[in-house]
Amino acid sequence: MAAFDFYPDYEVVRNLDRCIVCRVCERQCANGVHSCLEEKNVMLADDSQCVDCQRCVLLCPTRALKIVKSDNTYKQNDNWGKKAINELIIQASTGSVLLSSMGNPETYPIYFDKLVINASQVTNPSIDPLREPMETRVYLGAKPAAVERDDRGRIKNNLPPQLKLSMPMMFSAMSYGSISYNAHESLARAAAELGIYYNTGEGGLHEDFYRYGANTIVQVASGRFGVHKDYLNAGSAIEIKMGQGAKPGIGGHLPGRKIVADVSRTRMTPEGADAISPAPHHDIYSIEDLSQLVYSLKEATEYKKPVIVKIAAVHNVAAIASGIARSGADIISIDGFRGGTGAAPTRIRDNVGIPIELALASVDSRLRNEGIRDRVSVVVSGGIRSSADVVKAIALGADCVYLGTAALLALGCHLCRACQAGKCNWGIATQELELVKRLNPDIGYKRLINLMRAWKHEIEEMMGGMGINSIESLKGNRLMLRGVGLNEKELEVLGVKHAGQ
Amino acid sequence: MLKEGQIRIPSGCAISGIFSRAGQRFGGRDIIKSISIMHERSNGLGGGFAAYGIYPEYKEYYAFHLFYDNDAAKEHCEAFLNRHFVIAQTSEIPTTRTEGVIGAPLIWRYFVLPITTRLSHSLLDEKEYVAKCVFRINTEFDGCFVVSSGKNMGVFKGVGFPEDIAHFYMLEDYRGYCFTAHGRYPTNTPGWWGGAHPFALLDFSVVHNGEISSYDANRRAVEMYGYKCTLQTDTEVIAYVLDYLTRQKGLTLREAAWVIAAPFWQTIESMPEEDRVVYEYLRNMFSSQLITGPFSILVGFEGGLMALNDRLKLRGMVVGEKDDRVYVASEEAAIRIIEPELDSVYWPKGGEPVIVRLEGGNQIGGV
Amino acid sequence: MKRVYVNEKWCLGCHLCEYYCAFTQTDKTDMAYALRGRKIFPMISVEDSGAVHFAVNCRHCAEPLCVKGCITGALSIQDGVVRLDQERCIGCFTCILSCPYGAISPAEDGHAVQKCELCLSTNEGVPQCVKNCPNAAIVFEDRG
Repeated sequence: MAAFDFYPDYEVVRNLDRCIVCRVCERQCANGVHSCLEEKNVMLADDSQCVDCQRCVLLCPTRALKIVKSDNTYKQNDNWGKKAINELIIQASTGSVLLSSMGNPETYPIYFDKLVINASQVTNPSIDPLREPMETRVYLGAKPAAVERDDRGRIKNNLPPQLKLSMPMMFSAMSYGSISYNAHESLARAAAELGIYYNTGEGGLHEDFYRYGANTIVQVASGRFGVHKDYLNAGSAIEIKMGQGAKPGIGGHLPGRKIVADVSRTRMTPEGADAISPAPHHDIYSIEDLSQLVYSLKEATEYKKPVIVKIAAVHNVAAIASGIARSGADIISIDGFRGGTGAAPTRIRDNVGIPIELALASVDSRLRNEGIRDRVSVVVSGGIRSSADVVKAIALGADCVYLGTAALLALGCHLCRACQAGKCNWGIATQELELVKRLNPDIGYKRLINLMRAWKHEIEEMMGGMGINSIESLKGNRLMLRGVGLNEKELEVLGVKHAGQ
Repeated sequence: MLKEGQIRIPSGCAISGIFSRAGQRFGGRDIIKSISIMHERSNGLGGGFAAYGIYPEYKEYYAFHLFYDNDAAKEHCEAFLNRHFVIAQTSEIPTTRTEGVIGAPLIWRYFVLPITTRLSHSLLDEKEYVAKCVFRINTEFDGCFVVSSGKNMGVFKGVGFPEDIAHFYMLEDYRGYCFTAHGRYPTNTPGWWGGAHPFALLDFSVVHNGEISSYDANRRAVEMYGYKCTLQTDTEVIAYVLDYLTRQKGLTLREAAWVIAAPFWQTIESMPEEDRVVYEYLRNMFSSQLITGPFSILVGFEGGLMALNDRLKLRGMVVGEKDDRVYVASEEAAIRIIEPELDSVYWPKGGEPVIVRLEGGNQIGGV
Repeated sequence: MKRVYVNEKWCLGCHLCEYYCAFTQTDKTDMAYALRGRKIFPMISVEDSGAVHFAVNCRHCAEPLCVKGCITGALSIQDGVVRLDQERCIGCFTCILSCPYGAISPAEDGHAVQKCELCLSTNEGVPQCVKNCPNAAIVFEDRG
């Protein structure tokens, strides 16, 4: 066989006119790409190790580095693309299932980009958010069927537990273990300051972070890692994770090298041993079993916490959501196929599940057709990239969105999609202390706050343009959307008209 | 050309209303005068009136005003009415040829009560039964449209300037304790009579000036509760939201006003604890019924009238009082033209409902 | 008075501070042009030991031994900052021997010393090592 499997996909380009041999690149690359030939005082690079995380590029003080896509090419073949060939070659060498991370990067349609937002002209004034109040507060939770009054005829507060958010955005489930302590601290502190929530993911809650409980959603997944009574009561809501958009139908796999002492203690799993969450919950083989878990968790927390059920967006999502709405759950969270992950089989990530826009539209329509939309709140995730996506998701019918990838990008992630290796150069998806310290939460939480505030301002601007001054009037307001370049069936599923109609 | 129901058409408008607290019945002359002074706020593409207390001799019966495109539609619909209702009286609504009023449908009036056995088999309460029948006619019967369906009240509307519509229906001859009026300025020319305002369901009637930005959020919410927005107009959806909140959820009109034109959170936060809890509850519980964007509305109902502006007061609305009469209009001039010497004039704040009722009369839903 | 402090917990050992310090001493506007092919003589230096990294520069002590030991008066305290007058320094290196932090070093030409003066000459209000630390490990704070 050949000396190596294939030519590297990415090449390190070093401008020798600008390189001062400060060796920052070498020190900052956990993959060992850069090295110094000291006798010649020149830097070298091993392209084959490069994951294109951009760490060296951005820390190089003289901007002497860039990473480019290799122009080495196979003979043109529109059927056997480079990716298909290379992946096959890896599998022929290793005999392994391919692993990758973050969300589905393939060229499926992005419906958010084919929806455009309305604005007021003449017949209805737009509202200036700098001069008028612009409200983005959202409550998540079930709404009771009837209003009750006391003896004096005054309305009684008969609402089940609700989550109160200053804006319709939360940080989605990312476990301690898959991401670092510092990443969790950044998310928790930002959520607390913003008046929103972050989600622990399935790895338990580090004891240091119990103090952020008022802004924490604790997750219960099929592995039940880190789940105990105090944990359930530590947060403001409990999320049952049935599925994840990046890998519908399969469980999780946190490699042993990420299970360091603290992670092991938090997860309640042995140090160094892989933590594998099963594909299904083995106590949930049907919808009535889910209802039992929902009520078990409510019993354990004395009906003081709303229960969220998170599912991946799959073909039958509307019917499943309808079942969940009747299971006692307060909130349904739907994760689209663009949703991220710390590790997933590539074939699953790239081929299983459906776009969140279509899933959301069909779930919202279905719940309304069945008259049960008020019984649950709907939170969506998996592909929200900007405030415009948030506005579009809410107009399609979501109460709120979960942000995972967007939050990680704010913390430094550059989507190199190599989280599974555990050597994140940005200190996010790693447990190596030398790397973890690269994410200073004092910086991280401020960047998250900046991002959320910026998006909130943009949402307010767009709402004002539509003449809407409270986010609830945007929810499900599909007339505020039009499709561009969508076919009849897509428009029908999305429940929107085509632009010009 | 698409008509209302097939397309959403924004419009600007004039509204006016007169109410006698003492329940004195008066003729239609004043309301016609009031709405005509605001002639330039409408463009001849819609005018209409709601009148309360006009059918005392049939006050126990639901008064159905119907538009028919042709005799076949009428026959079809009457068969339906006969299956579901006892009809005490049927007549064509008297009209007179009026210049500028064209394309009138067949306009008929029925005084009806549900057939008792059918009502009890339906397991619905009486009003719900009547409302469901109205929805069926409006959605399933081509060329038929129920203009109003309340007791001791009726809606008279059409395509034309409001003063011409009044002349067409000979509105001066009707005597009631409350009139509301609407002159319409739609942004295109649908010319369909059913699309004119007021919009009415049971004894609720709504005239509205504005274009709400929350329309589809409100529409999709009320449609979930069984309402059918056949006209795609703001007025229709506001009527349904109010009907849902008061009739189905048991809110008082004032509470319903707090829902649809809710105070801002910053205002709610500064309220005394006891009030804060209620306002917060209402906004959370009925978040999909919040209405944003400009509106001024007059809601007529049995024994009362409510005026309400949107939370930012993006549309003008003036209230004047003289003795037992209460006047509400888009412009003060529309009040002064009929009552130059008012006891008081004021401009209600955004979101602050003005509710007037017959003295010692029927207190529907409490205050 | 504001001083430069280093938080070891966040110091990555990237050594960028050294290069920004060296760059500041030049009169060039481009770091590549200023430093390429040259050995640098920064006034801050990062000590590394395994996973522990710590950038060290002048503490601007309240009672500095270097100033006491300086035989020519080249070192002095001005507004709390230990300043160096290179014109008066004769390169005896007494200060280098007496500084308990190793924060003073020979200058490039070897005839005088050099030390951190908090980038007072740049007029940016914040020392370059602080401004360019990628992890906010080096801070400029008044800790009393």
